[in-house]
Amino acid sequence: MTTVRPSLKPVRRRYDGVAMLLHWLLAVAIIGAFCMGLYMTGLSISPTRLKLYNWHKWAGVTILALSALRLLWRLGHRPPADLPMPAWQARAAHLVHGLLYAAFFAVPLSGWAYSSAAGFPVVWFGVLPLPNLVAPDKALAATFKLAHEWLAYGLAALVLAHLGAVVKHVVLDRDGLLQRMLPGRA
Amino acid sequence: MQARLNQGLPTRLATSLSITALSVVSAALMLSATPLMAQTKAPAKVAANAAAPAPATAATPAAPAAAKLVPAGSDITFTFKQMGVPVDGHFKRFDAQLAFDPKKPETGKVSLAIDLSAATLGDPAFDAELVKPEWFNTKKVPQATFQSTAIKALGGGKFEATGKLSIKGQVRDVVVPVTLAQAGGTTTATGVVAIKRLDYNIGDGEWKDTSMVANDVQVKFKLNFTGVGPL
Repeated sequence: MTTVRPSLKPVRRRYDGVAMLLHWLLAVAIIGAFCMGLYMTGLSISPTRLKLYNWHKWAGVTILALSALRLLWRLGHRPPADLPMPAWQARAAHLVHGLLYAAFFAVPLSGWAYSSAAGFPVVWFGVLPLPNLVAPDKALAATFKLAHEWLAYGLAALVLAHLGAVVKHVVLDRDGLLQRMLPGRA
Repeated sequence: MQARLNQGLPTRLATSLSITALSVVSAALMLSATPLMAQTKAPAKVAANAAAPAPATAATPAAPAAAKLVPAGSDITFTFKQMGVPVDGHFKRFDAQLAFDPKKPETGKVSLAIDLSAATLGDPAFDAELVKPEWFNTKKVPQATFQSTAIKALGGGKFEATGKLSIKGQVRDVVVPVTLAQAGGTTTATGVVAIKRLDYNIGDGEWKDTSMVANDVQVKFKLNFTGVGPL
């Protein structure tokens, strides 16, 4: 049987499956790593603290790798067109998305550099030793620690802005924005 | 004979002076009793001993001349893995005594005392942890010591020192491979010893979990001495 293919592709209303998978996977990983970071830094030296630090580093490197994959995917796959909204809001949304992407790299990289500078190389999942981004150096470690901390807070602020916009679209605009990132029929 | 890294206490100085005196006497006795041993440089050496303020001595005629540890360039480090991450530390204060003739290794003796309270991982927070009872318990046993019981030559400047390693009150027999290299009157002894931290109760209680901190610890040393005979 032959079916007649429509000559025009329907307008894509949702992100594709890979984009959705990476979005939600990273959402969970980033929120998890952030909370872990907030909690572990307050602990005194104990096996729990060391374990959490290592898990946090493993999570960070995983986030970095998935973000690289996500960026490549995003560059090769157009997202759905913007929903109708005032131009400034569309610009603000794009700006926040761009900054989020920058933070996906800046936060883990600053953490990795902090660990390198502090003299503790990152060994991914305790198995794969990663190269040091910088040579061990106490002053540099202090700088990267601060950078990592503030970049993480910056990322948290961007996530809150992102979530605030979602709430606005879902509650006030009721324009089906959230459906673009949820699986379902077109 | 003694070679000490830490500055001599008055008592230590007195002891070493009295040992010096004894040795001069015994050397003199030796010279008169055994003319065969009084060859070549021996008299000059005795004179030097008598003149030097706090030199080394040999108590028994069979013991080789004592060497002197040169703190500069000497280092004892240790490496272990924490969840797969190599962590390096080193000991800032130690004291080695060596009486060793490379031509007659079996007559040699070496001992080492390491001040565990001066161990560092390069981070003040971790260093404060190291001295605690779970780790080195330095209040109770401040030093780790090694005392050789036998030294044998393996050829090519390589030797093997068997002895007792004591840390935290736990004593174990260890075999230490040592490589000697000589340059400009300095003899450098290098080697690596692999120990199991739990043999010495290092990392007790909740730290016993070796998936967190591995049981294997590599102790690496580089000790510079003067006064060791030629290889």
